[in-house]
Amino acid sequence: METRKIEILVGVFVAATIVALVFLALRVASNTDITRGSSYTLSASFDNIGGLKVRSPVKIGGVTVGRVTNIYLEGDYYEPVVEMQISTTYDQIPETSTVSVLTSGLLGEQYLGIEPGFIDEGIMMLENGDRFMNSNSAMVLEELIGQFLFSQGDN
Amino acid sequence: MDVIANLGRSSLNILRGMGAALIMLLQSIIGKPQPRKSFPLFMRQMYVVGVQSMLIILISGLFIGMVLGLQGYTILVDFGAEQALGPMVALSLLRELGPVVTALLFAGRAGSALTAEIGLMRATEQLSSLEMMAVDPLRRVVSPRFWAGFISMPMLALLFTAVGILGGYFVGVQWLGVDDGAFWSVMQASVDWRDDVMNGVIKSLVFAFVVTWIALYKGYTAEPTSEGISAATTSTVVTGSLAVLGFDFVLTAIMFS
Repeated sequence: METRKIEILVGVFVAATIVALVFLALRVASNTDITRGSSYTLSASFDNIGGLKVRSPVKIGGVTVGRVTNIYLEGDYYEPVVEMQISTTYDQIPETSTVSVLTSGLLGEQYLGIEPGFIDEGIMMLENGDRFMNSNSAMVLEELIGQFLFSQGDN
Repeated sequence: MDVIANLGRSSLNILRGMGAALIMLLQSIIGKPQPRKSFPLFMRQMYVVGVQSMLIILISGLFIGMVLGLQGYTILVDFGAEQALGPMVALSLLRELGPVVTALLFAGRAGSALTAEIGLMRATEQLSSLEMMAVDPLRRVVSPRFWAGFISMPMLALLFTAVGILGGYFVGVQWLGVDDGAFWSVMQASVDWRDDVMNGVIKSLVFAFVVTWIALYKGYTAEPTSEGISAATTSTVVTGSLAVLGFDFVLTAIMFS
């Protein structure tokens, strides 16, 4: 009888742990990462990427469609290139689209925003390995303040 | 010269102790598995080490979560950012407080009991009697306690974290009026399964290994006197807690930097 009581209590212990793990998995953590499924890679070159990081989100109209996977410098002029993985759910991004480094809120994290371009005859959709033609670099606060001060000086 | 000799002697003693502890651990866990004989012993220790620590872990988890909710709210509400209460409570519990506080409580609740029990077995020559009967005390006494501690502490840490988040939820949402949906959705947006939950589990596995090992070694090598057992029990809690905090810094630096 003693052994049976111990077995029941250990069973309760194990069951409680499983409940806790399921709670953490389903209620606390996000398991709907968009890049968990199949995805394709796009890249874009910028003048300045600001505070963009690997694993920063890529958004279209505020909806996360992918993540930044790699950041490196390329060419003789050391141009920053950002590689991103986009979920194959969104594989109809036209090559006329613009990609920009944006900031969420005034002091928030930086992310990539894709503005889908127009679709016309002869306009291809971006495929795995393609590069965006149009890109807008990050706003660097110090440069903005500098420009503002210089423009004040002219008057 | 004496100073240098003392330094050398204490270094050698520390090294010798670590070597002896490693040998004790290897001798107790390596060997032909005998599930029929060892499983009931293991269950018994799961009860003593795990189930009996559940109450203190659940209650302290609940209160720490509630305090985090209360403190976090009073700070965040100044910035109008009380929606960030969810991720603050969840991340601090998952990454740090869950594994660390559980390990400290475990060292005090279960580790000291293990040391005292094995130390008293040595003092009353029960371990020698086992050897006389050709029963290996490392396999019979140390091994089930090691596995029970190593497995049950991460389970306790998971319970601590889950109950703590619920405590933060009760204080933040039910009492102070943070929005229910925002609490959970902002939390889900910032907590990652692998980076946060799994790293917390890895941390608590390391702590469980270290704390249980220290407790068993201190008990096994305790002086067979009442002062010896008292010193060994104290030393388990002190060394175990310091080791947990030290390893915590190293693991945090590796995982989250």
